[in-house]
Amino acid sequence: MNVVETFRTGLDAVLSHRLRSALTVLGIMIGISAVILTVGLGEGAQAQVGSEISALGSNLLTVTPGSTTSSSGVRGGFGTASTLTVGDAAALASRVVAPDIHSVAPATSTTANLVAGTSNWTTSVVGTDPSWLTVRGRTMTEGRFIVASDLASRAEVVVLGATTAQELFGFRDPVGQTVDIAGQPMSVIGVLNTVGSSSSSSTVANPDDQAVVPLTTASALLTGGANRNSVSQILIQATSASTLSAAYQETDAELLSLHGITTTTGADFTITSEAQVLSTATSVDRTLTVLLGGIAGISLLVGGIGVMNIMLVSVTERIREIGLRKALGATPRVIRRQFLVEASVLGTVGGVLGALLGIIGAVALPHLISDPITVSPVAAAGAIAVAIAIGIVFGVYPASRAAKLPPIDALRSE
Amino acid sequence: MTRPDGTGSPEEAGHPSGFEDTGPVRIEPTAVHPVLDPALRPVGRRPVIEVRDVWKTYRNGTLEVDALRGVSFAIDPGEYVAIMGPSGSGKSTLMHILGCLDIPTSGEFRLAGDDVSTMTEEELAHVRNKRIGFVFQQFNLLSSLSAWRNVELPLLYAGVERTARKRRALEALERVGLADRVDHRPGELSGGQQQRVAVARALVTDPALILADEPTGNLDSVSARDVMDLLDELHRSGRTIVLITHDAEVSEAAGRSIRIRDGQISSPVTSGSGPA
Repeated sequence: MNVVETFRTGLDAVLSHRLRSALTVLGIMIGISAVILTVGLGEGAQAQVGSEISALGSNLLTVTPGSTTSSSGVRGGFGTASTLTVGDAAALASRVVAPDIHSVAPATSTTANLVAGTSNWTTSVVGTDPSWLTVRGRTMTEGRFIVASDLASRAEVVVLGATTAQELFGFRDPVGQTVDIAGQPMSVIGVLNTVGSSSSSSTVANPDDQAVVPLTTASALLTGGANRNSVSQILIQATSASTLSAAYQETDAELLSLHGITTTTGADFTITSEAQVLSTATSVDRTLTVLLGGIAGISLLVGGIGVMNIMLVSVTERIREIGLRKALGATPRVIRRQFLVEASVLGTVGGVLGALLGIIGAVALPHLISDPITVSPVAAAGAIAVAIAIGIVFGVYPASRAAKLPPIDALRSE
Repeated sequence: MTRPDGTGSPEEAGHPSGFEDTGPVRIEPTAVHPVLDPALRPVGRRPVIEVRDVWKTYRNGTLEVDALRGVSFAIDPGEYVAIMGPSGSGKSTLMHILGCLDIPTSGEFRLAGDDVSTMTEEELAHVRNKRIGFVFQQFNLLSSLSAWRNVELPLLYAGVERTARKRRALEALERVGLADRVDHRPGELSGGQQQRVAVARALVTDPALILADEPTGNLDSVSARDVMDLLDELHRSGRTIVLITHDAEVSEAAGRSIRIRDGQISSPVTSGSGPA
């Protein structure tokens, strides 16, 4: 029997047992598309977080009070200690002390309820100084930002994020209106530009939903506390991405000396760069990918066991057929080849359909769950290869064993 | 029987349609040395089947059961022989050995002069394919294939080219009176029709021997008559037929009966029609 005839016989067997073939193909399909989708979700999340963080700008340093050290564990909670002051920020802003620092913005942050007429909206309220706009890389779509005189006079003015303005005022022009923040009436002087929300990511707060007030106003009216000069963070913009490291050193040295600390391990503040956040996030996502890959591997294993079962059952119920074909003159080799063709056809069709289903899912699902899915060619090819291999091993092995039986034993089997 | 492409086995070609050995089972003391090339082998008078002192022992754990205990006989070309016996007599075991579906534990079995017991699995497959046509009690048709696709199977394994396969399958089906059912699947045919498809499949390769194992066992009397008539007709056209049955009535169609009981030939009797 030549190759074409063998192929035709195998194909005939696949086509003439439609239900059995369809179930086998379905099992392979689901296994493969599950692998493609789970791996794709992991890689998509990784890519998304990476791009979001890099969009924040990588020449930014954030100083927060308190520190964690590997030797002594937690030293004060983030944001709970009051070790950072407006004076620290002022010192860092000095060109002499820190030539690689472009601008410095001290900031406090609190969450408050904003009321405008009948609308109310809870969001984060940032108290800061005029350099915040440059440090954060923001612009105004309307009105003006906080100026030095607002700080000096503790002016009761507020700048709103686009989303916040929309929530409070709808389509009315917010500039010149009054907003009650935690019961304190403040007049709206401007609206920040829209930077686009990274809605689904929990790693970055929505930059379009916040209210910005002068630092002095915030500490006097909103945050209160014992030390009116303390801030919850100091944002530092290096002169460029390449001087970030130098800016880090200068900040560290200056703050240590200002706070009278002699050892780096005794630091009562923490400096983080966006690059650190990026690498942390990336490593988190790598863990996520490994996790999802593990889940995908298990689903492939389960799918593979399904394929194995259906192949074993289908061959077992066909032992009589194998016996008959042998009685009619088929040699064991011909029988093996027929089943090899059958298993390969089922594996390939299931593999390709599964890959298609996975890719369709990767395109369609993000519209429903707002998470990006990156199709990984490696994962897809690997999944198909494994499915075909499982199909062949468990389709051909029992058939090959049956082909070795004396034909009469095979014929008599029920 | 037409032989359109001349691929039939040479042993069977041109032998006389009658047979003369109507006596007891012949036991030939020595066999002619087999000539390896079948084309050079003398044809005609050589027995199609020579069985000499064949034993078959089944082992079930420590229990040994002798299904055949020293069976010897010969069947000439063109004979129509019934092998009879009650169930458990060993007749099915004998049939499996005659059909090269099983091998004897000891003893010699020559099919058309070739010693089957020394053959490899592959050679046995070729012998089954080219020299033997099977008709089973259970029909054993592949339910997913149409009648003609079932009939062509032996030709497929013989390596016959596609168009020739179809032509010969259709001819064989016409011969058994199923020319109008070639595209039906077994499920769409009656029991008698299915068994006729099986007969067509048995004769499509022009085998030296047609082995029918209780061919009427699953059929009503009318269908059984049809199938027996068909075997009769094949016999008249010169084929060697071995019929295994427990039914004395069925065995009367045969020219000779070999009775088997407890694994041994009990009374090799002659009966039936004599030379056709």
